[in-house]
Amino acid sequence: MSLSLTPDGTCAMNSRRPTRHPLVELILARLREFVREPEAVFWVLIFPIVLAFALGVAFRTKSDEPVYAGVLAGQGSAEMLAALGTSRGIHARTVQPEQADRALRDGEVQVVILPGTPPTYRFDPTRPESRLARLAVDGALQRLAGRTDRFTAAEQPLQVVGARYIDWLIPGLLGMNIMGTGLWGIGFAIVWARTKNLLKRFAATPMSRSHYLLAHILARMVFLGVEVGALLIFSWLVFSVSSRGSLLLLAAVAVLGALAFGGIGLLVASRARTVEAVSGWMNAVMLPMWVLSGVFFSSANFPAVTQPLIHALPLTALNDAFRAVMLDGASVPAIAGELLTLSAWTVLSFSIALRVFRWK
Amino acid sequence: MCHNSLVGDSDAHPNAACCRGLRKRYGTVVAVDGLDLDVRTGECFGLLGPNGAGKTTTIEILEGLLKPDAGEVEILGLRWGVDDQALRQRLGIQLQDTQFSDKLSVEEVVRLFRSFYHRGPSVSAVLAMVGLEPKRGSWVSKLSGGQKQRLAVACALVNEPDLLFLDEPTTGLDPQSRRQLWSLLDGFRQRGGTIVLTTHYLDEAETLCDRVGIVDHGRLIALGTPRDLIATLGAEHVIEFELDGGAPLATEMLKQLPGVQDVRRLDGATSLQVSELHTAVPALLAELERDHRNLSRFATHHATLEDVFVAHTGRHLRDE
Repeated sequence: MSLSLTPDGTCAMNSRRPTRHPLVELILARLREFVREPEAVFWVLIFPIVLAFALGVAFRTKSDEPVYAGVLAGQGSAEMLAALGTSRGIHARTVQPEQADRALRDGEVQVVILPGTPPTYRFDPTRPESRLARLAVDGALQRLAGRTDRFTAAEQPLQVVGARYIDWLIPGLLGMNIMGTGLWGIGFAIVWARTKNLLKRFAATPMSRSHYLLAHILARMVFLGVEVGALLIFSWLVFSVSSRGSLLLLAAVAVLGALAFGGIGLLVASRARTVEAVSGWMNAVMLPMWVLSGVFFSSANFPAVTQPLIHALPLTALNDAFRAVMLDGASVPAIAGELLTLSAWTVLSFSIALRVFRWK
Repeated sequence: MCHNSLVGDSDAHPNAACCRGLRKRYGTVVAVDGLDLDVRTGECFGLLGPNGAGKTTTIEILEGLLKPDAGEVEILGLRWGVDDQALRQRLGIQLQDTQFSDKLSVEEVVRLFRSFYHRGPSVSAVLAMVGLEPKRGSWVSKLSGGQKQRLAVACALVNEPDLLFLDEPTTGLDPQSRRQLWSLLDGFRQRGGTIVLTTHYLDEAETLCDRVGIVDHGRLIALGTPRDLIATLGAEHVIEFELDGGAPLATEMLKQLPGVQDVRRLDGATSLQVSELHTAVPALLAELERDHRNLSRFATHHATLEDVFVAHTGRHLRDE
């Protein structure tokens, strides 16, 4: 304790050690709260890795994956099964009539063949693997029936790193993760502080209100390196995913994305009075982006009229920028549009949040 | 505005806080209904009243956290909306039910609050003031109710404020914690600080406060030192009794008893305000003897602020 008597006898209790800047103290407080919360650490660091691993395994590139065909039990099914058994790349088995549709639906078989002259193919044209199985089975049966190939094409199987689904998926997961941690991490902390009267208590001090909000966003930056780094290192070690573009640019994109979603997190939490309310709002904000912004499948699948809207979404901008850097080795000018979109979201969300924020 | 009520020595005792004609309503509920207050520099001023009397609304208006619908407020000679930053630097505020982050240590919380102010004691000195030094490394979640409350006061003291606002500082605390907090506030007083506090505890108001304003339904119904307020009753003692059945004793007869100043009836009990117990009690007992009446309850106490509240409102302060 630094209690001491000064020569004139007054009690001097002013600290000798200068106090740190309030923004630094606020950031430190946020960081401490975070690392002392094991669940938060799990969701931010472990969960994305588990997800990447699960998806990577499920969608791993299977170079000679056969097609699965079902032969409907009945007249001629044994002959059909025997015939298909001689064809390379086709796994055929008998399916009972009452199981056929369920087996197709569940993906256990990709096409069902009704033996006959000519045979009938039952398949799901909305599934690419089902259409593929139909073509493979048809080709095999035509050849067995005597059709000869006019030529045998030379093949160049594409197995280069950077062209697989996992290469495309990892940047999307990075973006999704930055969105999730930005919204959940900031939203919950703020609404918790509001329900516990802590925001009101801060408002009763000379603390700068923008310092408080800024501290939430800046504290996120510290973990950003860890969470992005963990996912990148994991996918590099396990799936050999790497970035063609500069890691520095990748980091800059991540920071800008985290700023944008930090601001959006603040905005979503700016008025909510309960944790339930803010959870609902966060889901309402995130769900459309999970679907539209090209995390698991390309957003190019959506109709052309919706594309301007989709590209204005912060997650689309972030994912596109990540993919451009990682997959195409893009440099700053190539992703200027995305960077601009993310900057706009950052500035707008932060300034609106500061204006409408409910302190009491 | 703050100096109007003080003639002559406004330099020696300028008011630390004052308000005039304060009004605040929530929907149809009038929380504060035309309140005037003057808090003198260096005093401990208590707003005493039952739950829902408008104490918290009043103190939060003084703290600049709520805007009144009408009325004027002056704090340390400054005004909200004009001098907010300067005021915030000089005020210490403890709110009802603030919960600090569970996973920060006592020292970390105090250090955070200390960083918001230009001036103030060191973190160690503040922890020593509130007696939380042994707990400096403990997480907030590990503190007892009394320790949490002392932490809240610590955060209000980090800038060695000129004026300290406390809203129900000891509600829910055990007697030992309450006394610890009282003595810590006493220390703040002795260093020259001014305190405004709300409470619904009589003993707290009587022990801590130089002056008390009794509030009910958003209005100030009595104001003065605890001693003066009790003296307005005109009687130092209170006799309370209940009869074992039968009609109550006639008020007129009771008023005739020696030393009885006033007679009140509350929930079947009769209470007498008396100036001298040693004459009133024998006379009352003799009267009961003559009527062949039996007592089911009989108690006497020194008149308190509770009796002042009862005298003004006809209700007990803590009808819960």
